[in-house]
Amino acid sequence: MTGQEVAFLILAVIGGIGGLLVVTTRNIVHAALYLVIALASVAAIYLLLAAPFIAFVQVIIYVGAIVVLILFGIMLTRAPVGRLVLDNSVRARVGALVVAAGMFAMLTFFLVRAFGGERIVNRSGTATAALGTSIFRNFVLPFEAVSVLLLAALVGAIVLARRD
Amino acid sequence: MRLLYPLVFAAFLFSAGIYGVLARRNAVMVLMSIELMLNAVNVNLIAFNAYLQDKLLSGQVFALFVIAVAAAEVGIGLAIVLLIFRNRETVNIDEVDLLRW
Amino acid sequence: MVILAWLIPALPMLAWAVILLAGKRTPGKGAPIGILAIGTGWVLSIAILARVVGGGESFHASTTWAPLSADLVIPIGILVDGLAAVLLFVVTTISLLVQVYSVSYMRGDERYTFFFAKLSLFTSGMLIVVLADNLLMLLVGWEIMGVCSYFLIGHYWEDHANSRAAVKAFLTTRVGDLGFMAGIFVLFWATHSFEIPGIVAAAHSGRLSSGTITLGAVLLFCGAIGKSGQFPLHTWLPDAMAGPTPVSALIHAATMVAAGVFLVARMYPVFEASPAALNEVALIGSLTMLIAALLALVQDDIKRVLAYSTVSQLAYMMAGLGVGGYGAGIFHLFTHAFFKALLFLAAGAIIHSIHTNNMSEMGGLRRVMPWTFATFTIGALSLAGIIPLAGFWSKDEILTQAWRVGFGGGAEGVATSTGVAQVVFVVGVLTAFLTALYVTRMLWLAFGGAYRGQGHPHEADGIMLAPLAVLATGSVVAGVVGSPLVGTDNIGKWISTALLPSEGAVTVNWGLVGSTTLVALLGILAGSALYRRGLPEREYLARIPPLYTLLEHKYYLDDLYEGVFVRAVTGQLAPATYWFDQRVIDGIVNGSALATRRLSRGLRYVQSGQAQWYAAALFVGVVGIAVVVTQVIGR
Repeated sequence: MTGQEVAFLILAVIGGIGGLLVVTTRNIVHAALYLVIALASVAAIYLLLAAPFIAFVQVIIYVGAIVVLILFGIMLTRAPVGRLVLDNSVRARVGALVVAAGMFAMLTFFLVRAFGGERIVNRSGTATAALGTSIFRNFVLPFEAVSVLLLAALVGAIVLARRD
Repeated sequence: MRLLYPLVFAAFLFSAGIYGVLARRNAVMVLMSIELMLNAVNVNLIAFNAYLQDKLLSGQVFALFVIAVAAAEVGIGLAIVLLIFRNRETVNIDEVDLLRW
Repeated sequence: MVILAWLIPALPMLAWAVILLAGKRTPGKGAPIGILAIGTGWVLSIAILARVVGGGESFHASTTWAPLSADLVIPIGILVDGLAAVLLFVVTTISLLVQVYSVSYMRGDERYTFFFAKLSLFTSGMLIVVLADNLLMLLVGWEIMGVCSYFLIGHYWEDHANSRAAVKAFLTTRVGDLGFMAGIFVLFWATHSFEIPGIVAAAHSGRLSSGTITLGAVLLFCGAIGKSGQFPLHTWLPDAMAGPTPVSALIHAATMVAAGVFLVARMYPVFEASPAALNEVALIGSLTMLIAALLALVQDDIKRVLAYSTVSQLAYMMAGLGVGGYGAGIFHLFTHAFFKALLFLAAGAIIHSIHTNNMSEMGGLRRVMPWTFATFTIGALSLAGIIPLAGFWSKDEILTQAWRVGFGGGAEGVATSTGVAQVVFVVGVLTAFLTALYVTRMLWLAFGGAYRGQGHPHEADGIMLAPLAVLATGSVVAGVVGSPLVGTDNIGKWISTALLPSEGAVTVNWGLVGSTTLVALLGILAGSALYRRGLPEREYLARIPPLYTLLEHKYYLDDLYEGVFVRAVTGQLAPATYWFDQRVIDGIVNGSALATRRLSRGLRYVQSGQAQWYAAALFVGVVGIAVVVTQVIGR
C-alpha cells in the first residue's frame, strides 16, 4: 500500500461520506455544506491524479461559484427544513435505493471485470501550459461552443429570473 | 495506485447522486445531486487520463468543459426553480407534474 | 312446368321476408302479399296435379348444397311424384283458404302483419317437406314448421297460458324429432345417402339388414308420433288450441300434423320391409284413435273436441298405413284436410261472433248463423263417415284394408300381422261409433236448443263464409275421386310408384260398407238422444266415475310428463345452467374487463408527469440494457 493509495483512501472516504450525507440529510443548508466537503475532496483527488489545474478550477468554480449559487437558490425559495418536506415517501425512497444500489453494483461489477488489474503510473502533475496548448490547438471548436453556451446560459438565466 | 480505486469512488458518487435525484423532493436538492453525478463523471475522466497518459490530455480538457457546462446548467436550473417558486409558492417537484396527458 | 315446382315453397318464403320487412306499409297490411304468393303456388300445384293425373312421370332434380367431404354431401333437390303432387294441392288449397279467412278473422289484431308473415313461412316449411327429395331437406322444412307452430300458437302471448302451450308444443314435437334425426342417421349409415329415392330403393331391394331397417323405421316414426300427435306425444295438440282458430285449421287439421303421415308414406318401402315397424304404426294408431275419441266426448271447449278428433283421425291414417293401406291412408289425409279445416273455420266463425269456445255457452245458433250451421253440419257428417260424403269413402277404404288383412286371409305384400290388423279393424269400428257420437254431441250443443250464452251471435261475413263454402264442397266431392263411383282408386293410382304399385280397381265390400254406415248412424242416433235437449246436468259419462276421472285428467299423462320430465329440468337443470351462465360465463366477461381496468391502473404511471419517476425508469433501463448486452448477447 503506497502512500499515494493511503492518501487516496482517506480522501475517498471523506468524499464518499460527504456525498452520502448530501443526499440523506434533513437540513437543506447542511446538504449544501456537505456538498462543499464532497467537492473539495474531489479536488484533492484531482491533485493525486496529476491534474493540478483542474483541481484549482474545481475549487474556484464548483466550491466557489456553484455552491454559492445553490445557497442563493435555497435562500430565495425559502427552502424549508424537515424530512417530510425534503424527501419523497418511503416507498419512493426504497425504490430509489434499489435503483441506486443496482446501478452501483452493475458499475462496480463491470469495472472490476474490465480494469481489475490495471495500475496508474506515477507522473508529475500536468503543466497548465500543456493543457492550454492542447485546448487551443486540438479542441478549439468545443472551446468556442462552450463559450457560446455560457453566454446563452447567462442571457437565459437573466431572462428567466427577472421580475416582470 | 490501482486504477480501480478512483473508478469505484466515481461509481459510488454517481450512485449517491442517483439516489438523491430520485428520493429528494426539493428541486434545489435534486440540482445538488446532479452536481454530485457530474463530479463523479469528472473523476472518471481524470483517472483515465492519468492511466492512459494521453498526449492530447483529452481527459482533462473534457473535464474542464464538463465543469463549464455544469456551471451553466446550475444557473439555468436555479432560474427555472425560482420561476416555479414564484408561480406556485412551492418547490416540491411532485407537484410540478403538468407534462402528462 | 314441373321444374317450376321449387317456386311453390320459395314464393311463400319470399312473401314471409317481404311481409316482415315492408308489410305494415303496404295497403292491406301484408295480407295480399301472402295470399298472392300462396295463390300462385296453388295454381302451380293444380298444373302439377293435372300432369300427374294425366299419367306423367315423377320428376326428380337435385344438386349439391354443401360438399362436406368425399362421401358426405348435403344435397338439395325436389322430388315431384304423385304423392308430392297430391299433398301440394292439399296444402296450397287449405293454406290459401285459411289466409283468405284470416283477412276477416284477424281484422283489428295488433299483430296482423306478423301473423301473415308467420303463416307464409309456415306454409313454405310444409311445402319444403312435401317436395324434399332428401331427408335432410325434409328435416329443415320439418323444423321450420316446428318453429312457426311455436310462434303461431303463441300469437296471443299476453296470456301466459298461451305461451306455455306454445312451448309445450315445441318441446313435445322436439322429443319426437330426436328420434327422427337418429333415424336419418341410421339410414345414412346404412345407405351412405340422404336421398329418399335411394334409401327407399335400398330398403326395397333387401340390401339392408332387417335390424337396420326396423331401427330406422321405428326412429323415423318417432318424429311422426311427435308431429302428428300420436300416443304418447299427443298431449300438445289440445293445448295448442290456444292459438287463433285459422292457425288451428291450417296447422292442426290439414298440414303440420299431416306431415307425420306424409313422412311414413314417403318412406313407405322402408316400413313395408319391416313387419315390426308396420305393426308398431298400426298399434299406436289404434290406441291413439280410441283414447282420443273418448277424450273428445267430455270436452266443453269446441276446439278441443276438434283437436282430439284430429288426433283420432290422424291415428286412423296411421293405422291405415300400418295395415298396408298406403293409398287408403293418403286418401283419408286428403279428405280429412277438407272437412277438418272446414270444421275448425266454422267453429272459428262461431267463436269470433260470441267470443267464447265453450259449448256450454252456445246453443240455438242454427237460427242466427244458418250458413255456418249448414257448412259445419256437412263437415261433421263427413267426419262421422256418412255416405256419400268424402269422409265415408276414405274411412271405409282403411277399414276395408284392415278387414282384408285381418279377417280376409291377408293381402300379398303386406307385412302386418293378422292379429294387429284385426285389432285395427275392431278399434276402427268402435272409434267410428264414438266419432259419430261426439260429432252429434257437438252439433246439438252448439246449434240445437236455445241460446245459453251472454253474447250477441251473428252470422260471419262473406270473407269468412267463402272458404267455408269451398271446403264444404270439397268435403262432399273429394271422396268421389277415390271412390268406386268413378271406377278406380284414383288417389292410389296417382301416388303409386314403381316400388308401391297400386291395385287399380277397388273392389267394394258392400257388407262392410253397410256395417260401418250402420255403426255411424247408431252413433248419430245415440248422440241425438243424449244431447237433444242440450247439455245435461252432469255429463253422462260421469256416471262411470273412474272412467270419467281418467278422462278428465287426460289419463294423467300430462301430470306424468309434468312431474317427471318438466320438473327435473326446471328444478335442477335450469338453475344449474343459470348459475353456470351467471358465474362462469359472465365471470369470464366481467373478469376480462376487470383485468383491463387493473392493467390500465398500473400503466397509468408511465405518464405520471413526475420527472423523478421518468429518471428512475431511465436508470433502470440503463442497468437492464447493460446486463442484457453483456451477459445475454455478448455470450
